[in-house]
Amino acid sequence: MTEYNKAQQDIVDEFSVFEDWLDRYNYLIELGNDLPGIDPKYRSNEYLINGCQSKVWLHADLVDGRLIFNADSDAIIVKGIVALLVKLMNERTPSEILENELTFIDGIGLRQNLSPTRSNGLLAMVKKMRLYAMAYQAKENQNKES
Amino acid sequence: MGLNIKQIRSDFPILSQQVYKKPLVYLDNGATTQKPQVVIDTIRELQESQNSSIHRGIHYLSEQMTGRYEAARETVRAFLNADSANEIIFTSGATGSINTVAFSFGEKYVSAGDEILISEMEHHSNIVPWQMLCERKGAQLKVIPFNENGELKLEILDELLTKRTKIVALSHASNSMGTINPVKEVIEKAHAKDIAVLIDGAQMVQHGEVDVKELDCDFYVFSSHKIFGPTGSGVLYGKESLLEELPPYQGGGDMVDQVSFERTTYNTLPFKFEAGTSNYTGAIGLGVALEYLHSVGLEKIASYEKELSRYTLGKLARIDRLKIYGNAANRISVFSFLLQNIHTYDAGLILDKMGIAVRTGTHCTQPVMDHFGIDGTIRASLVFYNTREEIDVLAEGIRKTMEMLS
Repeated sequence: MTEYNKAQQDIVDEFSVFEDWLDRYNYLIELGNDLPGIDPKYRSNEYLINGCQSKVWLHADLVDGRLIFNADSDAIIVKGIVALLVKLMNERTPSEILENELTFIDGIGLRQNLSPTRSNGLLAMVKKMRLYAMAYQAKENQNKES
Repeated sequence: MGLNIKQIRSDFPILSQQVYKKPLVYLDNGATTQKPQVVIDTIRELQESQNSSIHRGIHYLSEQMTGRYEAARETVRAFLNADSANEIIFTSGATGSINTVAFSFGEKYVSAGDEILISEMEHHSNIVPWQMLCERKGAQLKVIPFNENGELKLEILDELLTKRTKIVALSHASNSMGTINPVKEVIEKAHAKDIAVLIDGAQMVQHGEVDVKELDCDFYVFSSHKIFGPTGSGVLYGKESLLEELPPYQGGGDMVDQVSFERTTYNTLPFKFEAGTSNYTGAIGLGVALEYLHSVGLEKIASYEKELSRYTLGKLARIDRLKIYGNAANRISVFSFLLQNIHTYDAGLILDKMGIAVRTGTHCTQPVMDHFGIDGTIRASLVFYNTREEIDVLAEGIRKTMEMLS
C-alpha cells in the first residue's frame, strides 16, 4: 500500500468509530472549523469553484516539489470535506496525487456529496486539485528538459 | 368535519417509510407531491393492460385509452370550472404550458416595443420563456415588485399596465415565499385595458379550489406532479376564443388536419396544441389524482392547511434566530426561512439525516433571493397529508441543527 493510500485508510478508520450520521457531520463541522480560511486574496472569483448550493475556493502552490493547497467553503460541512481533501493531498508531489485514486470519500459514505448533481463545488474541486498537480508536473518536466 | 389524516396518510404509501432509520418527514411538496395509491395503481394498470396510442388507432385498446384520456380532460375541465373541454390542453407541465403561450401568443400579438409584465416573485419558468419572447420580438420585460412581506406592490400596477403591455404573467402563489397573489384584482385591472393575463397556478391548485371562470383569466397553467399526479404532465387552460386565434406551438402528429408538402392544415382545439404522442398515462393519472382530491374535499383541505400553517408559523416564531422570508397575510403552506448565519446547504444536509426532507437554495427564484440580499433559504412546503407532529419534528430538527452548527 502506498503511503498515500495508507493516509486514505487512516481517514476511513477515523470515521468508522461514528455509527450515527450526525456524529459524522459533527466531526466534519469540527474539521471545517479547524481549517484556516483561505488567504483573502484567493477568496475571489478567480479561485472560486461555483456550485449552485455552496461555494468552494481553491489555490495551490508548488514548494520544493510538493503541492501546498489553500482552500475554503462557505458551507461548514463542505469545508469539513475540503479539510479532509487538503489533509490528504497537502505536501504531496504531483505524481503522488495523479497516480493514486481517491477512494476515502466512498469509504466514509460521503460519495453523494461528490455527485455531479449535488452542485456543491466539491467534485469540481477534486478535479481542480488534480489539474493543479498536472500543471505543476508539466512545469517541472519542462524545467528538467531545459 | 375535518380530515381523517391517518386514513389520508395511508393512501400515500411512500409516507410510511423510514430514511436513515428515522420516519420520513416529507416537507418538499413545493418541489413535487407524493402520489396516492389510486394514482400508482392507475399508472400500473394502464401499462399492464391498456397501453395503446390514443386518437388514431381503430382497435379496441386504442379506443379504450382514448376514452380515458378524453375523460381525464373532462375531469380537468370540471376541476377548473372551464366552459369547454376544448379549453384544456395537456402539456408536459406548467413549464411546457407557459412556453406554449409565450410562443403562440407572442407570435400572434407581440411585436417590437411591446411590453410583457411579470412579477418579481416569479419562478424562473415564468421568467425565462418571456425573456426569450422579448429577445425574439424586441419586446420589453417589466416587473411588478413586492414589498418586505412578499406582497405585490399593486399601488403601481396601473403605471405598469401601459398601452404597450400585451400580457401579464403572474403566479397565483409564490413557490418561495408562499404569498397568494390577488390575481383577480390584477386580471380586472389588466382586462380594463384590454391586456391578456396568464396565471401560473403550479403552487396553488394543490391547496384549494380554483375557478377560471370566476377569475376570468385568459390562461391558467399547472403541473400534474405538484397535485399528486404523475410527473411529465400538465395543463394549459386557455379561453377558447383566444386559443382559436393562436398559431400552434409545436408541429407534429395529431395536431394536423391535412398534410401535404405544399400545405398543412391544423387540427381543431384542443388537439392543435398537442403535437406528437401525448403523455396519456400522465394525463389519465392526473385525472385520477383530481378525483381523489375531490373525494377528500377541496374545502376541507384548504381549511386543514390553513390551520396547519398557523401552527407552523407559531412553532417557527418560537425558534430564536430563525427568520422567515415572506410574511404575506394571505398565504399557502410554504415557509422559507434562514437560521441566523447558518448556510442552507449545511442545514439541509443535517435535517436530511434526521429524516426531514426540505428544500434548500434559491428555489428557482433568484430574483426573490436578490431582493432580500441572500443566497437562498430553507423551505418547508406542506400539503394536507402533513401533520402537526411532523412540524414538531421539524422544529426539534431545526433546534438540533442550530446547536450543531453554532
